[in-house]
Amino acid sequence: MSNNGKRKPMNGEDDDDEEDDEENERDLEAWEKAYADERSWESLQEDESGLLRPIDNQALHHAQYRRRLRSLSSASATSRIQKGLIRYLYLVLDLSRAAGEMDLRPSRMVVVAKQVEAFIREFFDQNPLSQIGLVAIKDGVAQCLTDLGGSPESHIKALMGKLGCSGEASLQNALELVHEQLDQIPSYGHREVIILYSALSTCDPGDVMETIQKCKKSKIRCSVIGLSAELYICKYLCQETGGLYSVALDEAHLKDLILEHAPPPPAIAEFAIANLIKMGFPQRAAEGVISICSCHKEAKFGGGYICPRCKARVCELPTECSICGLTLVSSPHLARSYHHLFPVTPFDDVAPMLLPNQHRRPKSCFGCQQSLLNPGNMPIRCVTCPKCKQFFCLDCDIYIHESLHNCPGCESLKDSKSVD
Amino acid sequence: MTPVSSKQYADDVSLLMVLIDTNPLFWSSTAAPLPFSKFLSQVLSFLNSILLLNQLNQVMVIATGLNSCDYIYDSSLGLTTQRVETLLQKLEEFVIKDEELNKDDSVDGIGSSLLSGSLSMALCYIQRVFRSGSLHPQPRILCMHGSQDGPGQYVAIMNSIFSAQRSMVPIDSCVIGSQHSAFLQQASYITGGVYLKPQQPDGLFQYLTTVFATDLHSRSFLQLPKPVGVDFRASCFCHKNTIDMGYICSVCLSIFCKHHKKCSTCGSAFGQPQTNVSTSNQKT
Repeated sequence: MSNNGKRKPMNGEDDDDEEDDEENERDLEAWEKAYADERSWESLQEDESGLLRPIDNQALHHAQYRRRLRSLSSASATSRIQKGLIRYLYLVLDLSRAAGEMDLRPSRMVVVAKQVEAFIREFFDQNPLSQIGLVAIKDGVAQCLTDLGGSPESHIKALMGKLGCSGEASLQNALELVHEQLDQIPSYGHREVIILYSALSTCDPGDVMETIQKCKKSKIRCSVIGLSAELYICKYLCQETGGLYSVALDEAHLKDLILEHAPPPPAIAEFAIANLIKMGFPQRAAEGVISICSCHKEAKFGGGYICPRCKARVCELPTECSICGLTLVSSPHLARSYHHLFPVTPFDDVAPMLLPNQHRRPKSCFGCQQSLLNPGNMPIRCVTCPKCKQFFCLDCDIYIHESLHNCPGCESLKDSKSVD
Repeated sequence: MTPVSSKQYADDVSLLMVLIDTNPLFWSSTAAPLPFSKFLSQVLSFLNSILLLNQLNQVMVIATGLNSCDYIYDSSLGLTTQRVETLLQKLEEFVIKDEELNKDDSVDGIGSSLLSGSLSMALCYIQRVFRSGSLHPQPRILCMHGSQDGPGQYVAIMNSIFSAQRSMVPIDSCVIGSQHSAFLQQASYITGGVYLKPQQPDGLFQYLTTVFATDLHSRSFLQLPKPVGVDFRASCFCHKNTIDMGYICSVCLSIFCKHHKKCSTCGSAFGQPQTNVSTSNQKT
């Protein structure tokens, strides 16, 4: 296309030419679009012999999953590690000028907001007894977008309403604010901060190292996810407080990094004092009863739950009774966290060629009955449970460990059951 | 709970996973309201009627035994003429194998069959169906259950329920035994399914075809049995009583009815900073 900078606006003829050129730019041929928009060369990969092959997404996904699992299991060995189940987490979003950069489409800020929304929902799904608060860094100061609370909708609404970036980022101000807020929480809770940092510098009013030491002393675990480049101060902060530092390469990687923080991290025992928390298990109010609900302060018809201590009506669980302050939960909320305490043992890889035992290998996956043999009667990759010795395909392996948290083989064996 | 929302695929085609309780201790006791043979004939007629409703409907049968669980029947394998024979033959093989696995320990009462195992297998199969592409039947699970709830399966069943809720798969329950099943009530409530304990089990086929036969899309036009006050209160770990207010250990989430100095499940001393002890291998 011609260089518009060189064009001098003269008479009507030139204007026509300009219009024609613009129309041509808009109306790319299909083959041109494949280069400009779709980048078809990115979905090809070279194999060992130098030939080009299309990327096999499924095989990549499986291989990535098995690699991650191997690294996790080697780290934690076979012992059960205690996890911090009652978490008070602050999400700090960098809304400085650097967040307006467009290396992630449409802008870093929008991408981060979208991923944070998904993270908040996933977080409350996995940690129903925990609470989140949102903090934004803008114009060199940190402000609280929402206080610590347990309802995902209120956080997401507050987040989406305040998306505008300007000014400098200040790490120290954010940490000071979070430290002040987290000082007020009960001692059995685990204090965490996740900072999503886009800027390449921090503009602080005092000594940020002092603030970091203060956070370390208060046992706040700070993790940072960088969006531009690795910064020494962020690395130092995470090392001192025992958090994770990672830098996102693209949007998909950012999503993986954020969602890594959703399951509870291994708890450092001295960080939280074990305590008995008084909780109430409300029963559902009778249908057809009219009462004033304590969260919306208006009359509601039917439904809702009754606090066992003060008999006030609340609309949904889990929540804190606004009249007497009792934490109200139902038993499924507690049950959602049990799989963190009783995780499924990672499955072992099965060597593809088990020559003497080849005949003992079952023909189909125990969970989904998918055939474990290729059309040419060659065995495909599968895994086996070390406890019940059943064989599973890789897709079942991923589903069992990420969503189901039960091994179908172990659950179908009477021996492993212990009846109270 | 909110009703199941239908996704963007074939509207009224369903994949029905039927989990049949084959616990011999239950079926031979007085708790069973009808003999197993009569029960089976009614269920087989029901399965035939499901397959008649739509050409693309699919039925999978999984048997929940006392010592093991297994797939019994897959309607996508064809064989329309020999359907009943193949099913009965595989069921008989399963029951014989299940009995051989019997250890000689005494079980009080009618025992509890391995519902968590068959639920997990059903969910794995449903995930495989989801992976097969965007055009697939709408899956749901129907539990025909009679045995007691086994408290040792609580955690596994709750895990299955939450996974089913996430995948939007409703779990329907048809309880044949003499007592209500708290686990299945919670399962149907949380996943948006239907829970039914037929008052006259002799007419089981009638209940099955009127309540459980319709596909998920058409359920919004019917008046199905509504959930009646599901009790979500927890039971304390020390006495197993249902409690209104209790104390939760912040480390392992065990529930107690009274204040204790030490948690009996994880051994943490309350009110003092713990030393770094990794929890030993234990299941409640």
